[in-house]
Amino acid sequence: MSSEHDASETQSVGEQAAEDEDVTYPRMRREQELVEEKLEDLGEGIGWNGKTLKTQMEGVEERTDSTDHYDGQEELELKSENPIEYEQMFSQLRGDLVTARETSKEVAATPIVEQEGELCYGLFTPEGDSIAVSTGIIVHIHTMSEAIKYMINHDFEESPGIEPGDVFVNNDTHVGNVHPCDIATLIPIFHEGELVAWAGGVTHVIDTGAIGPGSMNVSQASRFGDGAHYCRKIGEDFELYNSWEKDYVDKTRTPEFLKLDERTRMTGCLMIRDAVKELIDEYGVDEFKQLSRESVEDGRRGFRNRIKRTMLPGTYRGVSFVDALYEGQENLTREYANENHIMHAPSELHVREDGTFQVSFEGANKWGWHPYNCTPAAIQGGIWVMLTQTVIPNENVNDGAYYACDFHLPEGSWANTQNTETAHAYAWHYLVSAWAPLWQHLSRGYYARGFWEEINAGNANTSNWLQGGGIDQFDKLHAVNSFEAACEGVGARYVEDGEPHAAAIWNPEGDMGDAEVWERTEPLPFLGRAVKPNTGGPGRRAGGAGFESLRTVSDVTRWLLYEMGNGYMTSDSGLFGGYPAASGYILNAQNTDLKQRFENGEEYPQHDLDPESGAFEAQIDGDITRTPKGISTPKEFEDHDLYLNYLRGGSGLGDPLERDPEEVLSDIHDGYVLPRHAEDAYGVVVEQVSEDAKHNSAVDGEFEIDEAATRDRREEMMDERAEEAVPASEWYEEQRERIQAERDLIDDVKKTYVSSMRMSEQFTDFFRNFWDLSEDFEFNLSDEAEKSLEYRFGSGFKRKWDNYTRSHESWHGVGREDEPVVPYTWTDRSLKDLSGPSASFDERTRATDDD
Amino acid sequence: MPDTYPREIIEDLVDDSLEWDQLHDMMSKFKDTDRFQQVREVLQERVDWEDPIIIPYAEHLYIVAKSADRWVIKCDCGHEFCEHDQNWKREALINVRDSTEAYREIYPEGMHPHPDYMELREFFCPGCKTLLEVENMMPGYPLVHTFEPDIETFYDEWIDEPIPTPESA
Repeated sequence: MSSEHDASETQSVGEQAAEDEDVTYPRMRREQELVEEKLEDLGEGIGWNGKTLKTQMEGVEERTDSTDHYDGQEELELKSENPIEYEQMFSQLRGDLVTARETSKEVAATPIVEQEGELCYGLFTPEGDSIAVSTGIIVHIHTMSEAIKYMINHDFEESPGIEPGDVFVNNDTHVGNVHPCDIATLIPIFHEGELVAWAGGVTHVIDTGAIGPGSMNVSQASRFGDGAHYCRKIGEDFELYNSWEKDYVDKTRTPEFLKLDERTRMTGCLMIRDAVKELIDEYGVDEFKQLSRESVEDGRRGFRNRIKRTMLPGTYRGVSFVDALYEGQENLTREYANENHIMHAPSELHVREDGTFQVSFEGANKWGWHPYNCTPAAIQGGIWVMLTQTVIPNENVNDGAYYACDFHLPEGSWANTQNTETAHAYAWHYLVSAWAPLWQHLSRGYYARGFWEEINAGNANTSNWLQGGGIDQFDKLHAVNSFEAACEGVGARYVEDGEPHAAAIWNPEGDMGDAEVWERTEPLPFLGRAVKPNTGGPGRRAGGAGFESLRTVSDVTRWLLYEMGNGYMTSDSGLFGGYPAASGYILNAQNTDLKQRFENGEEYPQHDLDPESGAFEAQIDGDITRTPKGISTPKEFEDHDLYLNYLRGGSGLGDPLERDPEEVLSDIHDGYVLPRHAEDAYGVVVEQVSEDAKHNSAVDGEFEIDEAATRDRREEMMDERAEEAVPASEWYEEQRERIQAERDLIDDVKKTYVSSMRMSEQFTDFFRNFWDLSEDFEFNLSDEAEKSLEYRFGSGFKRKWDNYTRSHESWHGVGREDEPVVPYTWTDRSLKDLSGPSASFDERTRATDDD
Repeated sequence: MPDTYPREIIEDLVDDSLEWDQLHDMMSKFKDTDRFQQVREVLQERVDWEDPIIIPYAEHLYIVAKSADRWVIKCDCGHEFCEHDQNWKREALINVRDSTEAYREIYPEGMHPHPDYMELREFFCPGCKTLLEVENMMPGYPLVHTFEPDIETFYDEWIDEPIPTPESA
């Protein structure tokens, strides 16, 4: 695993120890002696020049704050004086991190890690800022960063101590994570008695012992149903504590898989530790330290430069929603969780004159009794991984991008609960939906600037999540979490259709995985797998299509399955006239006659390509559930029951009537568009000229375009637009009257508005001003909705961090009556009223002509 | 690293007719420094009116100079919506899909939002009836002013050029 096992290796330190072939990790032993000497004999810390880590971290924050350059690195000395060496060192590190990922994932047994690549590695400064990253689920580079900062800020240096050979674990969302199923291993790297870096790795595990089986259970109301949380030291001398090994395996339904996942992370971290040692041996520790500082500042500058090169300064706004429907669900852990939720994510981006990138979610509504709440680490890490796919699609990716961004995440909202009672098991449901407008902000900037090749309408809602568990085909307790969701259609680009069944936003290298591999670990044989028509949003450029798998259940007892995704709402809008992607639905069949059909050689369902066709229902007898909702809580399934796993499509771009009819014809033949929707959505009239098609999916040459009818139909549709659409001013008056009368507005919608209004005075002003409502306008809610809000607003805060460092001040949002850190401009004011990039509306003294 | 692309490449980009390998190169390489100017010039040649384009605002929409101190949002058909810092959607035609029947024209059964929870707002140009934007909104939500560019900072500080005027065009 480590080169230190190789007795023939020449050691630059610890030579005496190395001579003893019985001593493992001789370098580590030597480092332990040096650290012991510093701590006990000299009374020094493990930081640089005898500082404690906490003092060192405070110094970095102070220098960053006072100079606006990371760690005060105003001059990139190493890069400017020796650019080749700088690039060589950085590239070497980057290559070593990627190698660690590619090698270590072969240790894992779960298809999640081995097939989907749901792991990543990072190298961090002693203070926890990422220097370089591997490929993979790099959202966790920043979440690991927060975990390291938490340990430093909460005096782990004193207890339990941070020493050579130590191993730490974190999966606590409020320490620094998206959700508990992403487990991080962190090891400190020492050189001559000083902590020079941290190596960290994350894998997405199958099961964390939540109240329901699977990595992201959906039926719990609070953190206490999310699964086990850890942030602690779990080993020393690179050996895991016996107590840890005996402990955590009983907190999961899948202990063997988790053990191998842990070995995967240890393998990668030790490979990175070796790589750092080699780099220091080659270039010297001072050069390494300088590289670690400069690369973060270089990343910060690179981000700013890229923004200034490709975007336009100004303000970008958008809003997204997604549903989380729990009313009437079974198996909820609390009666008060039996209600529907809607996520409200107002998204405001300011690109300031110096390229500063400010993101605000002011107006977001309150957290809820569901597992889709988020922490700042999740939001910031999530946005960061999204930015790496558009603004910074290069190797120079590290926490420099984080330092180039300001965030405002209202405290107490779903985006920053600051309450350790809240559940987070599938925070991505809200995360992915909430950053949909951010794609569009960037795309509007790219459009204005002329970089049209970078424009993207958005990402897919990354669902459905097929999860469950019970006694499997090997008669063992097991849990499943199909990561087919790592493969979704993506949003249309300006210059290309969205990629069909391609990837998920949180894993740019995702894949659907081999059906045969899933079947080895899941007792859920595939009956069919196909592109799913009409899942991508229509547009001049169409959104990428999703796909579907129809699974049955085989050789199980007391087996549970459930669904997770959007249903009543579509989370990603189209762009420039393109339509949103389709929303989800649930299709199951239980108590079926599938076994008899197999025995009799009769037809059975393999797909549900056209939900209106009746084909599915015609090929199976049983209790069929077909509902346009997206979430279900765990329910029992038996052998030969059926479960549709529908993976979503991306949104469209541009007016669909501008799409070339020949491309629409190809869409039909490729199975992306059902023939009847060619006319309704695109105004393209086709006629069937062959009867060869099967399974509702067309084959090449089956349809032809009626060019004259298409021309006529498109002209008619333009006329219909003119006849049916009304001036927005007319619509405004109707809507204003509707809102005043609270007509045709359901309680779930009004509850969402009231929640945001109670969270934000700014949003309240915006809403009332836009509709010209009275100053005391409020919606009337049902008693149940009022009670729900009272329960949640009355819960207050229950913070994980005892105290916050300077860089975590933004985690404390502001009260309703204060000005957010990021200026709020949804009302009638503009960034241009401010004088400089750091000015805000609460700093009016700075907004003078003299600034 | 190209500091600039040949004019015909930029024209093909604007026409959405670049081949995949060309696009791939364009995405992978460092960004050219005169892209804004080149795209703006190509667009200016394509429209049938004389107002100088200040920035491309959205597909089919531009911010143009009517005078040295008056800028408006204009469609490529010639329809003028509003002042540049106002929300053009307030001056658009709007159609709202808020029923199952209206949704079913675009999406199959069960694969569209629930009308009680979400509506699709379609915004058309009053001049050419082109569909310019579709928004998926919770009922009752205000119109969102999606983009307020800081034109002065962009021209003065980012590209160091005078803002186009009818006189300079």
